[in-house]
Amino acid sequence: MMDIFPTQLIVVLAGLAAIMAFVGLNGLVLVYLERKVAGFIQRRPGPYEVGPYGLLQPLADGLKLVGKQMFTPACADKWLYWLAPILSLAPVPVALLAIPFGPNLQVLDINVGLVLILAFIGLNVLAICLAGWSSQNKYALLGAARNISQSVAYEIPLLLSVLPIVFITGTLNLYEISAGQGAWPWQWHILTQPVAFVIYFICALAETNRAPFDLPEAESELTAGFHTEYSGMGFGVFFLAEYAYMIIACSVAAVLFLGGWNGPGAAGWWWFLAKVYFLLIVMMFFRWTYPRVRFDQLLNLCWKWLIPLATINLLITALVIAL
Amino acid sequence: MNLDLRLDGSGDFYARKFQPDLRKDRLILNMGPQHPSTHGVLRILLEVDGEYIVRAEPVLGYVHRMQEKMGEIRTYPQYLPNMGRVDYLHALAWNWAYVGAVERLMGIEVPPRAEFIRVITCELNRIKSHLLWWGAYLLDLGAFTPIMYAFADRERLMDILQRITGSRLTFCYYRFGGVSTDVDQRFIQEVRAFCHDFDERLKTFTDLVTDNVILRSRVEEVGEITPEVCRDYGATGPVLRGSGVGYDVRRAEPYSVYPRLDFQIPVYDQCDALARYLVRMDEMRQSVTIVLQALDALPPGDHIHPLAPRRPCPPPGDVYFSVESARGQVGVHLVSDGGESPYRVKLRSPSFSNLSLLADVAEGSLISDAVSTLGSLDLVIPEIDR
Repeated sequence: MMDIFPTQLIVVLAGLAAIMAFVGLNGLVLVYLERKVAGFIQRRPGPYEVGPYGLLQPLADGLKLVGKQMFTPACADKWLYWLAPILSLAPVPVALLAIPFGPNLQVLDINVGLVLILAFIGLNVLAICLAGWSSQNKYALLGAARNISQSVAYEIPLLLSVLPIVFITGTLNLYEISAGQGAWPWQWHILTQPVAFVIYFICALAETNRAPFDLPEAESELTAGFHTEYSGMGFGVFFLAEYAYMIIACSVAAVLFLGGWNGPGAAGWWWFLAKVYFLLIVMMFFRWTYPRVRFDQLLNLCWKWLIPLATINLLITALVIAL
Repeated sequence: MNLDLRLDGSGDFYARKFQPDLRKDRLILNMGPQHPSTHGVLRILLEVDGEYIVRAEPVLGYVHRMQEKMGEIRTYPQYLPNMGRVDYLHALAWNWAYVGAVERLMGIEVPPRAEFIRVITCELNRIKSHLLWWGAYLLDLGAFTPIMYAFADRERLMDILQRITGSRLTFCYYRFGGVSTDVDQRFIQEVRAFCHDFDERLKTFTDLVTDNVILRSRVEEVGEITPEVCRDYGATGPVLRGSGVGYDVRRAEPYSVYPRLDFQIPVYDQCDALARYLVRMDEMRQSVTIVLQALDALPPGDHIHPLAPRRPCPPPGDVYFSVESARGQVGVHLVSDGGESPYRVKLRSPSFSNLSLLADVAEGSLISDAVSTLGSLDLVIPEIDR
């Protein structure tokens, strides 16, 4: 039996199932949290009708999405059109495989974990591009075009802001990076690399299409951008994928800069989740506070500020390490 | 799969007339009539080169309700409620323009108390209209929260006005020779309390939104409208005052008791969306000043002239009366043949003129900037189509 199913494979399959459950559950929690945060900022109660404190609201939302008709536009390329949302969610479990949630809670402990994650989240661009192209809708096409140039531009400073940590720790293994940081905030990499952290976080916002960089789905300009034509679960999957990418981006930030699972007192997955959720709430605050930037301003910020700054930061780090 | 995204052959009359003729790689984008940032059923045909607009053409008439024709077949009082529906956001300005025209034609005297009540309610309505514009404009720019803050204050104003006028949005409050109901002490107290709190709120709005760096970059040097363009298209209101021309009907052709009140006409000469934004923010502050002065000066007496006709039959002739609404100069041109209903009513709506210049201004700008410009014009579509 063990010959047919190697232990590694079983572990990965079980991990994938657990990760999908984790993503789905977190999707529900984040929908609720997002609406409550929005309510808090906008000085209204947020959802409170469905279930105690509105806790069942995300379930009701999900049920509504599932119950809706899956509509395909007449001129759309049917195969690509329905492939796109699947392709958007597909890289998520792979990327989450390599993330160390706790000292003993990591599915795949490989030494190129960081590269794996960065490579797979890049696939989302392809999904959005396909969605925009195959919908046969001009707004969707414009949204997809925006997304491609945005993602291509922000991929560069993202990598440049991650590299200093790799220089310092000398490894791409996320487990080792986590383990190398101490329990207290002053032992985390954010203290030595504050610039890299800020750049990473801005790029993460842009990569996950969150406000103020949510240009591919800017509803006041492009109605709904790339997912204009999607209804029901087509939209639902894109929505879930967006939250999943937020979780991935915040998890990587927590591992690289905030000490991963380490924390004062007992180290464990609770510290990791606390840090991830802290970053997620910061992202939500941004969304409900700021107006949207314009497209050229978005790219200017990237090419004129983030890339030079990240490069200088990287060079200084390299110099300090070399000395 | 047909990937030729131009609307050749397909589309309606306007789309077919709007074909790109020079280059084949341009896109015709049909913005509206159902689009989140046109706030209603405005439709704009855009020829875009990438994200840059080459040509823009507004298509009107989706909420054409024959307001002017209705004026011809209804008696004078029957036409009063229509005025609240032309511009539903500043309904009292249209109320005023219409009753003012009839009063001028018939020579009806309005008691001073009624004049002051009109000033107070009209200015409160102006604040209400500007608040909604503020929230909706920032929504256009992608900020979701300000509209909730604006609505909190707007709600309070609606509650105050509802008790006196009987409606919350499409007011029909002014009558020939006065207003329909007198204000009471509670109204005066509520308005004073609102004015007191609203000063603080405006400061909050400035701190939270106006000084935001992202907002600044979205409105500064965007949608520049020169005074010449304003003159060409007949733009009025904050659009004109944002272009450095200090024209305000309340000053230029004073009506009612405005000459007795002390207030500023905010003018900014940067000509961009920010200038129009700041004009409106300052106007809200000025409206508060006007309301407070009018409350102090509110004389006792009748709220409607005791001899005001209930079924007026103005003498033959024509008259024009204009007031300053939140969007600009609102005018009613009335021609009477001596009958119970007007012979002809012509409504001069500021939004129509303000929209017309969009085609000029949007040319060569980004789609996002066009949305920002469109929002900064503060259009009310039923007023354009009438």
